[in-house]
Amino acid sequence: MSAAAQTVATDTAEFIAEPYQPEGDTVIDCDVKKIFYGDFLAVRDSVVPVEKNKITAFIGPSGCGKSTVLRSLNRMNDLIPVFRFEGTVNYHGQDIYAPNVDPVVVRRYIGMVFQQPNPFSMSIYDNVAFGLKLNKFKGNYDEKVQKALERAALWKEVKDKLKNSGLSLSGGQQQRLCIARAIATEPDVLLMDEPCSALDPIATRQVEELMLELRERFTVGLVTHNMQQATRVGDTTAFFSVDISKGGRTGYLVEMGPTKQVFEDPQQDLTKEYVRGEFS
Amino acid sequence: MSDVDLTATADEGLVRPNLQRQMFEGRAIKNNLLTVLTWIIAILAAIPLISVIYMLLMRGGTRLFGAGFVEVLTALPPAGFEMGGGIGPAIVGTLTMVAIATLISVPFGIMAAIYLAILGPTSKLATISRFLAKVLTGFPSILAGVFVYAVMVVNFGYSPWAGGIALSVLMLPTVVLAAEEAIAQVPQRMKDAAFGIGCTRTQVIWKVVLPTGLPGILTGVMLAIAGAAGESAPLLFTALFSNYYIESLSAANNPTASLSILIYNFSGMPFENQIELAWTASLVLVLIVLVFNILARLFGQPKV
Amino acid sequence: MATKPFQQAGSSSTITRPPSGGERATDSMFRGIAYACAGLIVLLVIAILWQLSKEALPAIAEYGLGFWYGTTWDVNKEIFGVLPEIWGTLYSSLLALLLGGIFGIAIAIFLTQDFIHHKLALVFRTIVELLAAIPSVVYGLWGIYVLIPIIRPIAEWLHETLAWFPLFSTDLSGPGLAPAALVLAIMILPTVAAISVDAFRRIPYKVKEAAYGMGTTKWEAILKVMLPTASSGILAALVLGFGRALGETMALAMLIGNANQISLSLFAPANTLASLLASSFPEAGAVEVQALMYAALVLLLITFIVNVLGLAVQQYTVRKFEGKK
Repeated sequence: MSAAAQTVATDTAEFIAEPYQPEGDTVIDCDVKKIFYGDFLAVRDSVVPVEKNKITAFIGPSGCGKSTVLRSLNRMNDLIPVFRFEGTVNYHGQDIYAPNVDPVVVRRYIGMVFQQPNPFSMSIYDNVAFGLKLNKFKGNYDEKVQKALERAALWKEVKDKLKNSGLSLSGGQQQRLCIARAIATEPDVLLMDEPCSALDPIATRQVEELMLELRERFTVGLVTHNMQQATRVGDTTAFFSVDISKGGRTGYLVEMGPTKQVFEDPQQDLTKEYVRGEFS
Repeated sequence: MSDVDLTATADEGLVRPNLQRQMFEGRAIKNNLLTVLTWIIAILAAIPLISVIYMLLMRGGTRLFGAGFVEVLTALPPAGFEMGGGIGPAIVGTLTMVAIATLISVPFGIMAAIYLAILGPTSKLATISRFLAKVLTGFPSILAGVFVYAVMVVNFGYSPWAGGIALSVLMLPTVVLAAEEAIAQVPQRMKDAAFGIGCTRTQVIWKVVLPTGLPGILTGVMLAIAGAAGESAPLLFTALFSNYYIESLSAANNPTASLSILIYNFSGMPFENQIELAWTASLVLVLIVLVFNILARLFGQPKV
Repeated sequence: MATKPFQQAGSSSTITRPPSGGERATDSMFRGIAYACAGLIVLLVIAILWQLSKEALPAIAEYGLGFWYGTTWDVNKEIFGVLPEIWGTLYSSLLALLLGGIFGIAIAIFLTQDFIHHKLALVFRTIVELLAAIPSVVYGLWGIYVLIPIIRPIAEWLHETLAWFPLFSTDLSGPGLAPAALVLAIMILPTVAAISVDAFRRIPYKVKEAAYGMGTTKWEAILKVMLPTASSGILAALVLGFGRALGETMALAMLIGNANQISLSLFAPANTLASLLASSFPEAGAVEVQALMYAALVLLLITFIVNVLGLAVQQYTVRKFEGKK
């Protein structure tokens, strides 16, 4: 099978990755047929299951569509007027692209942490409590805020200055604040789009440790441009690529599997090249 | 979508979330109501404009676009019960005074902008002038008239010069701020290139900065002119009003007509003819203002 | 001469030469003129303040602070007080701010928060700019012949049914506060809208993303995130719009009725400082001119304070966003 797949891989315009069938339960079953921005076909034919309580890492070169696919999982791309999605994203068996689904509700269950830390221009406390208020939570706010900040490993640093502006924190702290804000409402899934790209190595390590802890409670989808990060935290890895040499600009899934397998025994030549290129 | 899936996840203790759009849920209702309200407000805001334009065309347009348009544009204003008449002196007066104001405010304004944007952008003088220029843009225009009255009219009487200078006081800050912005947007690399081949600062400004920033500067100047042409309060007691054409720019005590003061004076008259002329003058004034606004947009468009 | 060594270093084949004496002289002269022109703005403001103060001095000496709270303007008895004008100025401007503020902010939201296709947004933006381009005196004319006839029956009905309510305690006989404030609202709407649009535009895209990422509806994002984030810019827009309303002259002189009285009624004629100047100045005698100069100074002070306040808030906003990006 692997030899056959490799011969197909040389012609990338036709290539469709073998769907990965995870052993555990999945929370999101994403089957992308086509994603367009206007007339531009950004991503095609990619089946990406996201497993429950695991970290699914999305890797690949720039422009391969990994962020686009991740942002399709909670309909963040709907903010872009020319965005068009063909395919299905089944979240607990419901297609979130079905016509009567409210994207606002989807985003409440599937939270998101962005590339750039983006706290609101309000106090640390209000940032974390934002989602709770939004969901009309009736209960002990202080407790929930503290719990979220503790989970985000930020509580010790900010417990004495909860009234300060969220913007007064350092970059790494801001990103952990955004994580706390995202998990305060206890969403089901947390999507993280290159959450460490604006952070220094120390802050990056803190956030990575945090992800491993969050896995206990949440399901995580992680886009990263950093392959080491994928090996450090990813349980499953999806490798996307875009074949620029042939003039194509459309990204697609090349290979998906347990992280160890993708990195140590990749089935596709493209994956092999990419993984080696980064390591040697 | 089918109910069968539900059990699969429910077994694991996960409540399957309802993602359906809830049209009549509180949040959705609130969201839609606010959107409708915003649309209503936006459309309501357009009504006065449409009404003004309609009135200008219906009541002012009959004369301007009718057979007697030459008379309207050239004749002297009618007195009392007289029929006919025109707004010739007012058109000439407005254009003259705006020209005077432009000739004064543009050179001073651009030179000041050069200082603010290039020569000493962070100096104390620049900080203060910039701030005062901004304060002056919000300055009641009638006070410019009061000021010029006290300085000039008391000594030399009413004149187109007094009117023009009062208008230039209002134009100056607009020109300064627009020109500063246009000049500041000239890329540093262009200036560096000119300095790099040994230009003096004056040469950099004349040969690189002003030509590059010219479209932006002209946009600012055109907008300032459009604003000045429509002004009336500063002319009330500097140019006063006259029923006749300007005969000389050098005569002492030389009251001068303007479109805006003509509109003001005629608006309160009990004669239908004068009221109609006020509408005609309004249409002409709005057209003049529009021409300069359109020019401002044309200059503002980046060159392809 | 410091340039000598360079001249020697350059062989006869080079065309490089140091700037000539003339070029250097032009350079320093040019810079001198630019400096003087920048100084001219400062001098102009000082001159205005000084001139108005000087002209008003006799009136200040004569009437003192009583001028501020006097309620009579009687040329024959030489009694001058501007409290009704201050009241009329503030009351009409506040009413205009209330209406123009709500409309201006709503339109800024409408234009910046993806309600309409950008081509349609351009249409509405042009409408707002055209509203700003129409001269004050034309609004005055429109107010007399269109607005007043429209609101008169409404005013009559309100007065007849709700006469006990202070805002409707008089009838609208023609010109009055309501038409003046309405026109004023239309005139400040573009100012408020334009500055608010800037405030919304300055919010980084990632903030909007964060809001939607939390699962907000469009209006939850606007009301709970965008509006608070833009709040200081919007405040600046309101203050500067208020400043504009305070100094607006012609439309008010034509519509407000020029009556020196203090009334809460929306339909009563009133007066403002600027329209007092406009209507009284051309025919004033020497004593009244002094009093009018004093009134001009009062207007200058009020608008100066409001504008400086507005600019301060605006600069704070710009710094807040550019400092912490």
